[in-house]
Amino acid sequence: MIRLPPYGEALGIEPIRDEHSRLVLKLPFGNHVSGRPGFLHGGAIAGLLEIAGIMSLYDQLGEDDRPQVKPITVTTDFMRNGFPKMTYAAGIITRSGRRMANVESFAWQDDESKPIAASRMNLLLVRK
Amino acid sequence: MNEQVEEFRRKMAAGEVSARDFIEVVARHNHNGLIGSRYVDEGENWIELALDYDVKLVGDRDSGILASGPITSMCDMAAGLAISKTSGRFLMTVTIDLRADYLRPAKVGNAVHGRMECYRCTRNVAFVRGHAHDGDPGDPIAQITGTFMFLAPLS
Repeated sequence: MIRLPPYGEALGIEPIRDEHSRLVLKLPFGNHVSGRPGFLHGGAIAGLLEIAGIMSLYDQLGEDDRPQVKPITVTTDFMRNGFPKMTYAAGIITRSGRRMANVESFAWQDDESKPIAASRMNLLLVRK
Repeated sequence: MNEQVEEFRRKMAAGEVSARDFIEVVARHNHNGLIGSRYVDEGENWIELALDYDVKLVGDRDSGILASGPITSMCDMAAGLAISKTSGRFLMTVTIDLRADYLRPAKVGNAVHGRMECYRCTRNVAFVRGHAHDGDPGDPIAQITGTFMFLAPLS
């Protein structure tokens, strides 16, 4: 399994594989990810989505291809409130080329078909 | 702790506390406590916050560059306060979307500042824009735009 970035560890993210062996990130609820009382913080959701996108890209590229990933544009859409419970996120690699990767990620709580937030990232890949 | 934050929100809504006092209390708790943003300055329709460099906020182990998430979090909070400056009231908002364009990576070790202005408020939606820099406002690291919705439409 790929190692989380320090910010992922600080958020308390846990990477798992679902039944289709897809990489899914779990974010357990805690004070450090809460916003106004009774809700998950939008910034914590944005952080989870960013890490889900980048880790899914690394997962698809495989261990022998580890470019430095530089976010160029990051757009986060917030669709539903996040509640104090487990949050999941997974990434979709729309395109992964030599220099650019276009990645989407979605976060959900009880039902994956009802995402709470999504992000779209255009990432510059730097290979030495 | 949340009671104290809620009391501050109520006082903010009543115009009894400044954005600076609000940040100094709110930033010590919850997710804002994890990222640790602090108050820097404000103007007629803008707020500037800053985030000190912290190894636990790093997004890329090899380079030591901060993750995008904490910068987004800080700008989201600054935007919420900028909206209260423009609307003249402290009202609860939810983020519709927030986009960051990274012009260059922040220098490792430097604090990142986020200045957000609210340039338009309608009955339902507030529009914000701003930038993040790591010491020189003339050489920004990111350009940020966002839209927010009022929890209750403005009357």
